[in-house]
Amino acid sequence: MAALFKARKALGLCLSGCRSLTQLAELPDTHQILRQTCRDYADRELMPIAAKLDKEHVFPAKQINELGAMGVMAMEVPEELGGAGMDYLAYSVAMEEISRGCASTGVVVSVNNSLYIGPILKFGTEEQKKQWITPFTTGEKVGCFALSEPGNGSDAGAASTLARQEGDEWVLNGTKAWITNCWDASATVVFATTDKKLKHKGISAFLIPMPHPGLSRGKKEDKLGIRASSTANIILEDCRIPLGNMLGPRGAGFKIAMQTLDSGRIGIAGQALGIAQAALDCAADYAHKRTAFGAPIGKLQAIQFKLADMAVAVESARLLTWKAAILRDSKKPFTKEAAMAKLAASEAATYCSHQAIQVLGGMGYVTDMPAERHYRDARITEIYEGTSEIQRLVIAGQLLKEYQS
Amino acid sequence: MSGRVLVGVKRVIDYAVKIRVKPDNSGVVTDGVKHSMNPFCEIAVEEAVKLKEKKLIKEVVAVSCGPQQSQETIRTALAMGADRGIHVEVAGKDYETLGPLQVSKIMAALAKKEEAQLVILGKQAIDDDCNQTGQMTAALLDWPQGTFASEVSLDGDKVKVVREIDGGLETIKISTPAVLTADLRLNTPRYATLPNIMKAKKKKIANVKPADLGVDLTSRLEVLRVDEPPQRQAGVKVETVEDLVGKLKETGRI
Repeated sequence: MAALFKARKALGLCLSGCRSLTQLAELPDTHQILRQTCRDYADRELMPIAAKLDKEHVFPAKQINELGAMGVMAMEVPEELGGAGMDYLAYSVAMEEISRGCASTGVVVSVNNSLYIGPILKFGTEEQKKQWITPFTTGEKVGCFALSEPGNGSDAGAASTLARQEGDEWVLNGTKAWITNCWDASATVVFATTDKKLKHKGISAFLIPMPHPGLSRGKKEDKLGIRASSTANIILEDCRIPLGNMLGPRGAGFKIAMQTLDSGRIGIAGQALGIAQAALDCAADYAHKRTAFGAPIGKLQAIQFKLADMAVAVESARLLTWKAAILRDSKKPFTKEAAMAKLAASEAATYCSHQAIQVLGGMGYVTDMPAERHYRDARITEIYEGTSEIQRLVIAGQLLKEYQS
Repeated sequence: MSGRVLVGVKRVIDYAVKIRVKPDNSGVVTDGVKHSMNPFCEIAVEEAVKLKEKKLIKEVVAVSCGPQQSQETIRTALAMGADRGIHVEVAGKDYETLGPLQVSKIMAALAKKEEAQLVILGKQAIDDDCNQTGQMTAALLDWPQGTFASEVSLDGDKVKVVREIDGGLETIKISTPAVLTADLRLNTPRYATLPNIMKAKKKKIANVKPADLGVDLTSRLEVLRVDEPPQRQAGVKVETVEDLVGKLKETGRI
């Protein structure tokens, strides 16, 4: 009897593995149409303006509205709440195609989907979901996520922003740093310490509308890349919010943040893939057209080796990203795979954009070609939503658990 | 009135692709090349879906004639809001010689079978640039036609069509059932929304053979040769207007 159960379980695992394997090699039909739709949108509406958005630091409001109308701003949200009701594999595909057109637009989409809507969808009450998610599905409003502080980024457990209860209100004090979408957001998920003695188990999550009395936004950071997306501090000075604005149970803030970042990593991996692919496209196209030593430079082995290495980096990161997404969609543990995907994709983005400039030579260094923008956009993907160093710690932690006897 | 609109959608080489002629000059390279819906067909689908959203018609049926891959084009139309699809299977040699005459016979047969109120097509396909299918379909059905439409207004059993003609714009009023062909400025096609892409999966695509419709696919045309356009020659700079006039006379231009 036991042997029969074991065999059936093994077959089941094998079959589900086969299904996932087929999905890894070829996207399902709907996802292929989605990919084409997003690619067409990125080619026609984002790519032509990406350089201008970057140069002038302009938030792509019109495009975000259009993407909202398509359902891209709330991909995982059920249709009843105004979303597209799609899975994370669809989300990672959409993220790659959008970011391939414009990396800044990609990060706005990612933060809204994974970091703002994500935790509310998972931990919010039905009332909170209606109030804080539905208006943010159309592209008219975007949200942001406030975890990092000037004093701690990777050290998220040391949140020094405090929240104390006063009657029927929470009062928050502190400063949050590096908030993506800051100046364009209409609401934020904020993490603050409610019980200092409990250390990281004393952090709670809160929802604050923006603008709001007691909440002010710092100066816009002048960044190296993704310049069309605004990044600034959020300063809380006796910021008062109703008790009903706490997200999830008291003290669950750290857990909420970590689980949110797990999923956010898949989105950022998608963004990094888009940047890497755009850099590869740029380099390969140039290799066909540029002639030197009497032939297109694509005939030279030095260039061919670079393009091959870039293609391998992108494709392997893509498969890791799809795998992490499929595991999440199958409700299986995906922390390790999501960290691997984000690590691989962000390192692929920096590698490919670096090599793309090399292939383009002098042309890669000037703004006439997009290679220099991809180089600047790629760099942040190894830093935000968990630095590459943190990803390695997460992967090692999960890995060593697997080997524990 | 049936309230049913037939929209023809053609699978063509994507407009952004650089076309290459086959080495034997028998045609253009299509293997492994990106294909998509003909842009004028997209405009036709958009117009039909808009009519349905205004509740002026009840059902949009997307039709495509071609091999298996034409189903992808129908699915895109379904994702844009068409209700169901009809795939008329034409493959191999028949597909290579498929042209406006055969397609219009198919469209006419389907229009009768489906009791269509309107047949909307793109004004022409960007691969062959024939600009004939709409007109031939109307003639075979003995229906009125509103071609090169830049504006369509449906009112009961009449259609007001503003047509783009050489001299400007011409407004005509025709009775339904009728055939319309979409010109560039008729509308801006929508991007499929994600929920509609999901819903498109469940919509039906019927499979039909040309023989079932009593259509003979034999072509009366034979393509002899396909060549690239001539290479652009370098120009010549001249110093004065007199030189310019002289050169133009020399080469027989004036």
